[in-house]
Amino acid sequence: MSNDIRNYSIKELIERKKKRRAKVSFVESLAPKLLALCAIISVLTTLGILVTLLKETATFFSKVSVVEFLTSHKWFPFASGPYAEFGIWPLVLSTLKVTMISMFIAIPVGLSCAIYLSEYASVQTRKVIKPILEVLAGVPTIVFGFFALTFVTPLLKMFIPSLSLFNALSPGIVVGVMIIPMIASLSEDAMKAVPESIREGAFAIGSTRFEAAIKVVLPAASSGIIASFVLGISRALGETMIVTIAGGARPIASLNVTESIQTMTAYIVQVSQGDAGYGTTVYYSIYAVGMALFIFTLLMNLFAQYISRRLRRNQHDS
Amino acid sequence: MEITINRKPLDKVTESENEGRQAVHSIKLEQANTTEELPAVFKINELNLWYGQDHALKDIQFTIPEKQVTAIIGPSGCGKSTFIKTLNRMVEMVPSVRMSGEILYRGRNIFDSKYNVEELRTEVGMVFQRPNPFPKSIYENIAYGPKIHGIKNKKVLDEVVEKSLRQAAIWDEVKDRLHENAVGLSGGQQQRLCIARCLAVEPDVILMDEPTSALDPISTLKVEELIQELKKNYSIVIVTHNMQQAARISDKTAFFLNGEVIEFRDTGTLFSTPSDKRTEDYITGRFG
Repeated sequence: MSNDIRNYSIKELIERKKKRRAKVSFVESLAPKLLALCAIISVLTTLGILVTLLKETATFFSKVSVVEFLTSHKWFPFASGPYAEFGIWPLVLSTLKVTMISMFIAIPVGLSCAIYLSEYASVQTRKVIKPILEVLAGVPTIVFGFFALTFVTPLLKMFIPSLSLFNALSPGIVVGVMIIPMIASLSEDAMKAVPESIREGAFAIGSTRFEAAIKVVLPAASSGIIASFVLGISRALGETMIVTIAGGARPIASLNVTESIQTMTAYIVQVSQGDAGYGTTVYYSIYAVGMALFIFTLLMNLFAQYISRRLRRNQHDS
Repeated sequence: MEITINRKPLDKVTESENEGRQAVHSIKLEQANTTEELPAVFKINELNLWYGQDHALKDIQFTIPEKQVTAIIGPSGCGKSTFIKTLNRMVEMVPSVRMSGEILYRGRNIFDSKYNVEELRTEVGMVFQRPNPFPKSIYENIAYGPKIHGIKNKKVLDEVVEKSLRQAAIWDEVKDRLHENAVGLSGGQQQRLCIARCLAVEPDVILMDEPTSALDPISTLKVEELIQELKKNYSIVIVTHNMQQAARISDKTAFFLNGEVIEFRDTGTLFSTPSDKRTEDYITGRFG
């Protein structure tokens, strides 16, 4: 038996396989093409979106001047004829208010959560907390929206009696809560990636756990942490459901967070739901607003890339 | 040269002496401890340590003298690194670890619940096997220790940084690039930077866990020279895989095997006339 096996030398076996190479090389040559095709699909989709946005935005700006769009602080798209005003600032301010409030919640809580999970929590504790965070991340935004409207707003009203039913504060807080798991999880990954030897170095000169976490691990993980913040901000800028449900539909250019607002996304929802007919100026305005939103998130992402590249260069230069 | 020193005793030793060694071993250890005239920094009493079920250190008992270089030698897995990490309680970072016995540092038991571990680690600094600079500037690496211990004055910090880097014999190489990232230094420079970082908080003892094992011969030589220099002001405990290194730089040597201290005595004596057959076998290269 063992002699039989020896009769087949590996060399012979390889020779035999070689005969079937033709088929293999067909797969080999096809695979990269298929994979490239899939990659191209996502590029084409992005380009398609961009082209649609640009085209319809151009149509909008043939009806409304760019100057008015960027400088006016009045947004009355549904007013008839000459009374209609298309100044994007009320929508931008509303969006920024919600984003700022959400970041006030999500950054401190998410980061603290990441520090706890990465530097303090035992294996068992992590096993409990991580899945809960993931559940929080998986809650549909419509549920968060109703949570904001029916639970958080009444709760806040107990402390701020002047709070209107629709406001910026409540959805801002809830968007923040929604983003906590994202920041916590990405920041924790970044902190976990800091080599243990660096922590040991800090402990060996008498650092407490907190000092090591804040002064050594956190700076070493800063590129990943900042990237998580920026992704969180992008998410808040683009958040739609929560602000549509709990934010209201009153585009006013003010910094007051207790009044009703209308974010860029909520405006697009309102128009898409059929408030305006196809081909009207209002219809085209959602593309201009969408374009503005797109530019915002694009800038945020470019900024994130720039920051993390710069920090990484500082830290891993060798 | 090493070989001639090691071989000499073999010729002199008679069969009967060889048999008697095991018996007198414990007595000799005792003598080595009690006749010690130098002040002690560490007194280790019946130290036992387990990783889960694994008995990693067994009844360790010896005294580490002040302002001397004490080398810990032994084959891989004999507990050298575990032992040195118990001296600043870094070993406690392993979750399954259990210990019994005591280690007196300057007369105080470091396992005492009242003993502040951060305070201990400020007094007992450590240099690791692989250089582990923080991903910060050279200046910030050195200033980190003094800063966390409350020193904020910029002028004082500047002085500490310069003094520590000079002591670690790396000042001339880095003085023009103090604010560049330490990760850009060579391995040997990084290790001396880590020594400087350790010196910046003015420790009493420096623990070194195979500090040259990741370095090239020239960097190794520099670190060895540095250890000779530091000995004047600091007590040093060094784990080394390299017996020649132990012979070159240490005053006392402890030979570890399977979690036990087989022999602890003056380095010269241990390498020329080891009293235990196992030590002799190890240092003459029969195993390990």
